[in-house]
Amino acid sequence: MTDATLAATGARADPPGGLQGFVADWSSDQRAFKKVPWGKAMMWIFLLSDTFIFGCFLIAYFIARSSTPDVWPNASEVFSLHIGGTDLPLLLIAIMTFVLISSSGTMAMAVNNAYRHHRARTALLMVATAALGATFVGMQAFEWTKLISEGVRPWGNPFGAAQFGASFFMITGFHGTHVSIGVIFLLIVARKVWKGEFDTPRRSWLSRGGGDYESVEIMGLYWHFVDLVWVFIFAFFYLW
Amino acid sequence: MSEASMPEHAQPAGSHAQAEGQQHPVKLYFVVWGLLFVLSTFSYLVDYLGFEGALRWSLIVVFMLLKAGLIVAVFMHMAWERLALSYAILLPPLLVLMFLAIMAFESDYIVITRSVFFASE
Repeated sequence: MTDATLAATGARADPPGGLQGFVADWSSDQRAFKKVPWGKAMMWIFLLSDTFIFGCFLIAYFIARSSTPDVWPNASEVFSLHIGGTDLPLLLIAIMTFVLISSSGTMAMAVNNAYRHHRARTALLMVATAALGATFVGMQAFEWTKLISEGVRPWGNPFGAAQFGASFFMITGFHGTHVSIGVIFLLIVARKVWKGEFDTPRRSWLSRGGGDYESVEIMGLYWHFVDLVWVFIFAFFYLW
Repeated sequence: MSEASMPEHAQPAGSHAQAEGQQHPVKLYFVVWGLLFVLSTFSYLVDYLGFEGALRWSLIVVFMLLKAGLIVAVFMHMAWERLALSYAILLPPLLVLMFLAIMAFESDYIVITRSVFFASE
């Protein structure tokens, strides 16, 4: 019966879309996430858990800031750069933001080229993404050095409320760690793309082989998430 | 039903048109990329021009949400995923907002307690 139906249609019918599809997928007694490779579903679930971690950090920062009677340091002044005789507020942070957005753009291009099977272009775009990410971490290290030399510590600082340092080092430190891990993984996946390990029929670490470039997209999901977290940190920590 | 429930992985290896691959016009990515740059510039200008009060906060949050939406929808391809995945990922973070609301009450209480206690010293 099933065979006959399959033979008649020639292929598996597409599952229904929309809300009907949502109910059908979750009540199908099969895998709920259809048309999504398991690696991608798992990356999304990991990113969801990471969302809660960063969400908790930002809430902790919010509590620290709103529960202290002391004046919170003015981020616009604390993070300003003194260039050519004038103070430019948040200049370094703005550059870091643009660097990270650019890296997200090159990553999106890499995913696009990977599915078009342009191996060299994909690998080069991923290396470019990694380079921009490393630049970001470098600028963050510079920012940390500057603030530490000005006397900002997790337990106090010369600008205002003592909780500022703890929030700053925790949030940007955790984000910077994510960027650093992303840079390492970008280089690993880029090397595999360059060597053509996704095109061989053989399975290997992170690769199902057979021309399947989903690992590049999964890597991209992680990288875009790092950019996404920075959007929130930029808004709540630096601009608020 | 076993044939019908077989995942797409059963496709012949090396088939070019992967049903699971996300392929979208390059132009769309460039448009989103440009929009992200413009929105970031706007949110930087909010600080540079020194807007204060409700105007500042609403502008910051609007630009932030627009940027986050563009990244998730286009760069992370959420706009083209099935609702089963989108809802499973996008709805749970709303609980963070509830946590935030609870902690807002709590920190309100703490700051009052601290003001009263430290003022008497």
